Amino acid sequence: MLKVSGLACSRGERRLFADVGFTLGTGEWLHVQGANGAGKTSLMRLLVGLSPADAGDIRWRGEPTPSVEFRRDLIYLGHHAAVKEDLTPLENLRLSAALDGIGLDERAALAALIRLGLRGREDLPVRVLSAGQKRRVLLARLLTRPAALWVLDEAFNALDVGAVKLLGELIAEHLAAGGMAVLTSHQPLPVPGGKALVL
Amino acid sequence: MNALLATVRRDILLALRRKSEVLTAVFFFVIVTSLFPLGIGPEPLLLKKIAPGILWVAALLATLLGLPRLFAADHVDGTLEQMALSPSPLGLLVAGKILAHWLLCGLPLVLLAPVLGLQFDLDASALGILTLALLLGTPLLSLIGAIGAALTLGVRGGGVLLALLVLPLYIPALIFGAGAVEAHIAGLDVGGHLSLLAAMLVLAAFFAPWATTAALRVALE
Repeated sequence: MLKVSGLACSRGERRLFADVGFTLGTGEWLHVQGANGAGKTSLMRLLVGLSPADAGDIRWRGEPTPSVEFRRDLIYLGHHAAVKEDLTPLENLRLSAALDGIGLDERAALAALIRLGLRGREDLPVRVLSAGQKRRVLLARLLTRPAALWVLDEAFNALDVGAVKLLGELIAEHLAAGGMAVLTSHQPLPVPGGKALVL
Repeated sequence: MNALLATVRRDILLALRRKSEVLTAVFFFVIVTSLFPLGIGPEPLLLKKIAPGILWVAALLATLLGLPRLFAADHVDGTLEQMALSPSPLGLLVAGKILAHWLLCGLPLVLLAPVLGLQFDLDASALGILTLALLLGTPLLSLIGAIGAALTLGVRGGGVLLALLVLPLYIPALIFGAGAVEAHIAGLDVGGHLSLLAAMLVLAAFFAPWATTAALRVALE
């Protein structure tokens, strides 16, 4: 369970948000909404522990974050491509798994890439793929890395209609399996239910 | 430990896909050290005297050449962010990156030094001491350099700042590294010099990954 209370963040002199709080239980997801510059990405970065909060408390399964247990349960996909352009999608997936200390055999990695519609692209350098395909390589991590909490910042950007639907299905499967998700997006998301948080 | 080896493997694989970046530093070392004998002319005594200093200064500068890229690419494409959020300790991944930097940049310098030393009329035993001193000294350069690279990450014009920050910290390695070869040529015992280099290396191996990690976390905020 993720419990956030009294979270505040400022950039320079400007207060972005204050007293943000929510609770996510198993199978629940949160849609963070807000205008450009409202602090959605800042909230996501505070949440995962990349930057410190001015005030507030974030607890994962009752323990304060960031902790190793929290990082083991977390996948964060931000605005960055977070894939190496010189490596192939297959190498990218397997090396990022190895960095996380998880063994990932070639078959499982390949299956994840095929599910994301990258069949036949697994041995090309990521450099030659389109923006949407790069995004799909990154999203394949959702399948290869077991994690209870998905924090996806604008994950639906650059994806075509088919990929948006697929990501919606992946999130729905993840929630049905008892996972949790925090998403930001300007579009209505193809995932049923969910709490909303407007910044 | 597996995460450390995975980082080393990843960085070496990336370097092999983009060989020019690794070769730049090595060619720089070869060319700079070859320019001195060509410029000074055939004066064996003078060349022998300046050899340790020149080889060491060239090694410092060659190391410095690749340092701004140590974390920059990972920072720009967001993989550094993913490393910071990985369940593996960031310190371990950073140590892996530093080790890979040494294997790609420091080790070739160590292996080339005896060949380049021949141009300065150094005899076999002096070349041996030079190689040994560089073997102890170049990892130290990578370790100290990594702290500077992390501190200047994302700073505009960071390359120059990095040189100003790191070169003064390289002075002890330079003094004892070049000093060992000079002492040997003068017929003195080199144990003290090499022991001090080794001691600095142990100290840096312990503290540098930790300091680099702290600086990277600040850069990521």
